[in-house]
Amino acid sequence: MIDTVKNAQENPDTKQPFLELGLKEDEYLKIKQILNRRPTSAELAMYSVMWSEHCSYKSSKVHLKQFGEKIVKSDVLMVGIGENAGVVDIGDGWVATFKVESHNHPSYIEPYQGAATGVGGIVRDILSMGARPIAVMDSLRFGPLSEPDTKRVLPGIVAGVGGYGNCLGLPNIGGETQFDPSYLGNPLVNALCVGVMKHEDIHLAKATGVGNKVILYGARTGGDGIGGVSVLASETFATTGQAKRPSVQVGDPFTEKLLIEATLEMFKNKLVEGIQDLGGAGISCATSELASNGTGGMNVALDLVPLRDETLSPEEILMSESQERMCAIVKPENIAAFMQICDKWEIIATVIGEVTDGNKLVITWHKEVIVEVPPRTVAHDGPVYNRALKRPINQDLLQKDSINISDKSNSLETDLLKLLASDGISDKSWITQQYDHFVRGNTIMSSPQDSGMIRIDEKTNRGLALSLDGNARFCKLDPYVGAQLAISEAYRNVSVTGAKPIALTNCLNFGSPEDPAVMWQFSETVKALADGAVSFSIPVTGGNVSFYNQTGEISILPTPVIGVLGVIEDVRKRIPLRYKENQTLYLLGETKKELDGSSWAWFIHNHLGGKPPQVNIENEKKLSKLIQTSLKAKVIFAAHDLSEGGLSVALTEMALASGIGLEVSNNTSVDDLSFLFSESSARAVVSIEEDKLPGFKELFKIYPGIEIGKTGGSSFKFIDHFEIELSKLKQSHSGTLSKVLV
Amino acid sequence: MTIRIGVVTFPGSLDDQDALRAVSYAGAQAISLWHKDTDLNKVDVVILPGGFSYGDYLRCGAIAKLAPVMTEIITKANQGLPVLGICNGFQVLCESGLLPGVLTRNKGLHFTCRDEKLEVVNNSTLWTKDFETNEKIVIPIKNGEGCYQADKKTLDQLVGNNQIVFKYLDNPNGSLLDIAGITNEKGNVVGLMPHPEHAIDELTGPTNHGLRLFTSVIKNLVGISK
Repeated sequence: MIDTVKNAQENPDTKQPFLELGLKEDEYLKIKQILNRRPTSAELAMYSVMWSEHCSYKSSKVHLKQFGEKIVKSDVLMVGIGENAGVVDIGDGWVATFKVESHNHPSYIEPYQGAATGVGGIVRDILSMGARPIAVMDSLRFGPLSEPDTKRVLPGIVAGVGGYGNCLGLPNIGGETQFDPSYLGNPLVNALCVGVMKHEDIHLAKATGVGNKVILYGARTGGDGIGGVSVLASETFATTGQAKRPSVQVGDPFTEKLLIEATLEMFKNKLVEGIQDLGGAGISCATSELASNGTGGMNVALDLVPLRDETLSPEEILMSESQERMCAIVKPENIAAFMQICDKWEIIATVIGEVTDGNKLVITWHKEVIVEVPPRTVAHDGPVYNRALKRPINQDLLQKDSINISDKSNSLETDLLKLLASDGISDKSWITQQYDHFVRGNTIMSSPQDSGMIRIDEKTNRGLALSLDGNARFCKLDPYVGAQLAISEAYRNVSVTGAKPIALTNCLNFGSPEDPAVMWQFSETVKALADGAVSFSIPVTGGNVSFYNQTGEISILPTPVIGVLGVIEDVRKRIPLRYKENQTLYLLGETKKELDGSSWAWFIHNHLGGKPPQVNIENEKKLSKLIQTSLKAKVIFAAHDLSEGGLSVALTEMALASGIGLEVSNNTSVDDLSFLFSESSARAVVSIEEDKLPGFKELFKIYPGIEIGKTGGSSFKFIDHFEIELSKLKQSHSGTLSKVLV
Repeated sequence: MTIRIGVVTFPGSLDDQDALRAVSYAGAQAISLWHKDTDLNKVDVVILPGGFSYGDYLRCGAIAKLAPVMTEIITKANQGLPVLGICNGFQVLCESGLLPGVLTRNKGLHFTCRDEKLEVVNNSTLWTKDFETNEKIVIPIKNGEGCYQADKKTLDQLVGNNQIVFKYLDNPNGSLLDIAGITNEKGNVVGLMPHPEHAIDELTGPTNHGLRLFTSVIKNLVGISK
């Protein structure tokens, strides 16, 4: 029997499984208060999923509002937080939109599909803004490579990210992969997508214009991705013994490719008034958000939704997270043209409702009203929690536990080779070779370069650079400093390629918000990001929060992942990683004795304690300015950011990428160990041709540098200490993943 | 005379824009063809681009060979129309019977994207006259099903008739005889797994070696090839 609104009014005392759907008692009472009656089972399903942590940001909202309060002076921000993705002006009439989203839990359960649909979801977010998606990136975290479960999860996730993006025709231009025991039962999959469009093409998710039609198009709706709502189906409607369905969605990148081309053609012909992709919470989310962001009223006939499985109940249809679906608001006179494009691309499109002048979202099932709610109460007026937060009692102890360097007796050479072979530092081409870097023909840089870089205009050579970074060990030691170091690293990675950083986005991966220690980490992180954006003068254009990343009582390391987007006016002037023979190497920035939290401390000595390196935002900006100033006269031939593993790893990566050796000496004032392995921020290593040296040295007015050596030969020589052949470095660096994974 | 080169877009084609760009770079007029077209819009040459036509959920290229546009392409190719199949296009040519053999899952079962060293074995096809025999070139590969397979008789014929066009120097996928690309007996139809359209300039590709496939066919048609 269908639970209609009429039935809910007539039978107010029907017991409802709100707890099983994840709603708390007071939340359920609040719904009753809003509706002035008990919700129907369809309404209960909608509220439960829209008021979930994932959709409502109920634990994070009170912190995230800082992004609106701490205003960044920016003349590039066009659409800020709150839409599907933020939009920034990138010059010449172009705008860019980019965002990162997590798909952590599904990827643990079903690695291939979980990761694949993570990519699919973020791509549709970008498409919904009116943009053509042009590239993807991924940030991954796994348990130690030696663990059997990592060997299950990692290959599946990598194949999923690759399988979906490759089949969709989007180049994967970079990202990062890290390993830590805390991710063993909870790997992280954060996917980024960037898209571009012209100013006039920006589209928003709102349903306006009474009488305009609501069109659902793309894949049919199936039973995949139905999570908690299956409780409803089984408890309230357990008549036909329907099988419990998998909660992980299944992706079809071919359909998504058609959806992209068809949608862009609709935009081009100006056939769309408002648009929203169907992601988490499916039709519930799309209809309630479109309606509440628009005029407010919408009628939907749910029985018109094309189904893959005719036995689905209305509640399941509302909740289904079947992939590759979009919802558009279209004027009646444009319906025919809209349908013609869908026909061309062989996509199913169905008018399922229309925009009304009321302020109610009304959903019917074979003419009976099963939902009648103010859409805003579903989409935006969810509960808000001010969760308890507390700095962990052992945080002070952790920060006092600085690594004692004097009793570490390995040779520098042994440490370097061991570090290069560690899972965190090792060459990741086993992963990145499974991703198409070339499709669309505009990739200027991709892994292992510091940033991905894409040409957006073949006539002017204007381009974008993007980097995705996070160092969770630093965040564990000090969440505030760690978060700002993550912005610093992403900002620096974009800068060293010659691009100017203009915007940042984030994906915040944390443990349970019900743990005050986790909530403290989270609040410190958000504060640091909001403050950091102001200091760097780059706006935060959006973000994503993923809580409950923990296994039992053990939460993951606090893992904010930061994406920074930069603009380069002429991609032909980019600065690559590879140098040539007989160039002079300079180290820009100051190296301090900062080994706590470093890769050296962790991978060589299994030590995590002390305080992370200092943040110096002014220096980061100066370094960036030095590099941008250098572009005009092209005085820098090659550059590489210094981060995990410090100078020794940066030099090795440059040497191996170039296939040419180098020799350096410690001309700084720090000890040799710190010279090689310290992870002080605001540093880069650059390679300069002989005739460009005078011009280059002029730039020290902006930011200081020190000569450390020369390129050439076939080995990495640290004068007075070691000389290691490149072939030996390569052997250490490149074998780690391929030895363990098939 | 301007040469008109058509690039077919099937649903799921991904490198069609790249092939069109390569055609323009090489100096010809680039024409988009749609999978449902029944005439070839007076093109002098056809390219079947890379991608996952119709999703390739079945055997790669098995559905694409049934597309309306393929009827005319197969007829004309048998009459001498120059046709290049890149990656998925190569798979479609094999499925269509325009080229012998078949492409199966890579050894190792991974999708592989990397710069690949190739040797030009046959420079007498319409598509390879701008190369030298035994020349070493670098062009990217990116595929999951690029492992060339054929029976012994076919392989003997390919060798005997000099139909192997490109060979891998560091075989990435287990292809028999290190085959990266082949031609039909006439030399007008060539299929290869590497992507020459991704090696047309050093800004976006590892080299510009791939451009020469496109200039070869153009020069041949305007009558200035060697």
